[in-house]
Amino acid sequence: MPKLIKLEADGFIEVDDPFTPVADDEALPDGDVILSLTRFRAEGEGLLGQGRRMGVRIEPSEEVEALTRDLPRLALVALSFPKFRDGRAFTSAHVLSQRLAFSGEIRAVGEVLRDLAGFMVRCGFNAFEPADGATLDQWARSVHSHRHVYQRAADARIPAFLERERVDRHGL
Amino acid sequence: MYQYDSLDREILADRSAEFRDQVARRLAGEMTEEQFKPLRLMNGLYLQLHAYMLRVAIPYGTMSGRQLRKLADIGRRYDRGYGHFTTRTNLQFHWVKLADTPDILDELASIDMHAIQTSGNCIRNVTADPYAGATADEIDDPRIWSEAIRQWSSLHPEFSFLPRKFKIAITASARDRTVARAHDIGLMVRRARDGTLGFEVIVGGGMGRTPFIGPTIREFLPANRLFSYLEAILRVYNRHGRRDNIYKARIKILVSALGREAFARQVDEEWALVGEAGDLPDTEIARIRGAFAPKAFESLPARSEIYDAALADDPAFARFARNNLKPHKRQGYTIVEISLKAIGETPGDASSDQMDVVADLAERYGQDDVRVTHEQNLVLPHVKLEDAPAVHRALASVGLGTPNINLISDIIACPGLDYCALANARAIIIAQDIARRFADQDRAEQVGELKIKISGCINACGHHHVGHIGILGVDKKGEEFYQLTLGGSGAEDAAIGRILGPALPLDKVTDAVDALVEVYLRERQGDERFLDTYRRTGDAPFKEAVYAETH
Repeated sequence: MPKLIKLEADGFIEVDDPFTPVADDEALPDGDVILSLTRFRAEGEGLLGQGRRMGVRIEPSEEVEALTRDLPRLALVALSFPKFRDGRAFTSAHVLSQRLAFSGEIRAVGEVLRDLAGFMVRCGFNAFEPADGATLDQWARSVHSHRHVYQRAADARIPAFLERERVDRHGL
Repeated sequence: MYQYDSLDREILADRSAEFRDQVARRLAGEMTEEQFKPLRLMNGLYLQLHAYMLRVAIPYGTMSGRQLRKLADIGRRYDRGYGHFTTRTNLQFHWVKLADTPDILDELASIDMHAIQTSGNCIRNVTADPYAGATADEIDDPRIWSEAIRQWSSLHPEFSFLPRKFKIAITASARDRTVARAHDIGLMVRRARDGTLGFEVIVGGGMGRTPFIGPTIREFLPANRLFSYLEAILRVYNRHGRRDNIYKARIKILVSALGREAFARQVDEEWALVGEAGDLPDTEIARIRGAFAPKAFESLPARSEIYDAALADDPAFARFARNNLKPHKRQGYTIVEISLKAIGETPGDASSDQMDVVADLAERYGQDDVRVTHEQNLVLPHVKLEDAPAVHRALASVGLGTPNINLISDIIACPGLDYCALANARAIIIAQDIARRFADQDRAEQVGELKIKISGCINACGHHHVGHIGILGVDKKGEEFYQLTLGGSGAEDAAIGRILGPALPLDKVTDAVDALVEVYLRERQGDERFLDTYRRTGDAPFKEAVYAETH
């Protein structure tokens, strides 16, 4: 099984990926699958009743809000980076995790590079298929390469302007 | 001036370490150039025609003497003893080695400077009024908001891979010295009738191959809602800006395609969803405001004997004072503009030795404050009138006394084909030639305010669209030709210039500018500037003069 890096409460772990990504023209395998939005719309309703876990892959040109009603029944949403320079998935992840309060897996797929790992985590991604061969350790180091952040985002990190208030108040 | 605290410093140090690792991986072949390129661009590192170019951020064009001295030092040690100040108020080193760049970034970090987001499809250095804190008519200090935006936009996780680069300008004065209406976002500080501070928000201006004067999408945004509103604009742009064509990817194309009202409506809908959670707390704005607290100015008489004597006795100083000194809000003080447009030199270039002198003067006479203007000059914003003659002498001794601010030889030019891989034609040589033609200062002053701006290609880094006379280099079958535009303005009366006629060969450009000036001098009424006369008469007399030969 392909490897997958996941962000759990206590850090990053590497797991076997139980999901199979399925192309639109491919026969459906058994088990947990990830479908395109188009295929999910056509076949999702029937498949959800089969007791398998479902994921949907959203392309940058597709609005993640299209899944709003289905989210409670989805195990994961995969957000695609066809090119790593296409930053739309960052906004999709933010909307998915914050506005739509999706608590399942938000997975980065496509050209997923460790140099963007920190940004991904900050936008709400919690699962990663590195395309650059990054190891678990390299991935985690990249995410933790900055001790502070300036702005609020979808993660729980305290922005610099709040850190400063704490320092002022407690003299830490 | 804003002082970095330990958090700001650690953010820079971590960024520097991260880039060192990325360069090492690139040099070891672990990363392709395609993968490395956006990362190096995010750190200001370009690959140009002859070498790597490092673009150092000078946030909102403000620095201390110590910082400028370090830039001079870097220019000496890692470049060829000079640097180039740009229209985004940054400093470029044109001859650096890739392997040296991590060390240069560490040097920069040692003085709280960096090259973060001086390139790439992210939020770039904010442009602010170079007279901030010194000019009488400002509503609020734009540096406060610029610094807050610098922090908010630095390494922003969601908005670092936008469709295209993104530039913000802030002005708080009725005289716009930032070209706010030609930015992706222009913020003009306003005060409501009830005294509330806020911004007029302009979105979708720009230059490049599709120039726009940006429309206002909100007449009054309360200042404490700025960051949620910026988040809304950026999110709409990140989702809907075009990514299929690099030339149609700026926000101006999105705003123009949707129309001002529809774009504003989308932003409002997003803004309602973002809510106040996206705003900075007042305490943080207050903290930053404190860093820019008004300087302790001395109570000085309105006139200075030393200054008046120098005016009377030294014609060179009198000329400098006429053109380069601007009114300060406090009596007995003046704003000193330092021209980086010495006749025959490269616009915006400063040698390391010159930078050292400016740094010394800032510390000794200028409250340790140096500004960079988008017109590629430097400013000492707080100089006592009585010190102005000494400052002038010191500047003149290193070739920085050129008394030509806003005159015809105060030309903006991009690096052009001499350095830039994108250029079609040289820009510097045109600037130098025009400046030499108008080297006679009496004639230049007789002509008065005339802004010539030169770009070596359609990307318009030399702001030719907003030049009173704009000059655009084009390539015609391998030869350099130049298209003239007239009537542009980057000030509060912002306008895009209109093309005058067919492009001219290199050796005809200066003659054409001369002909335009002669028409102006003939046609002008009262104290009209070149721009005013052109707006009154229209193209006809100018066109006739330039293209007379070919008729």
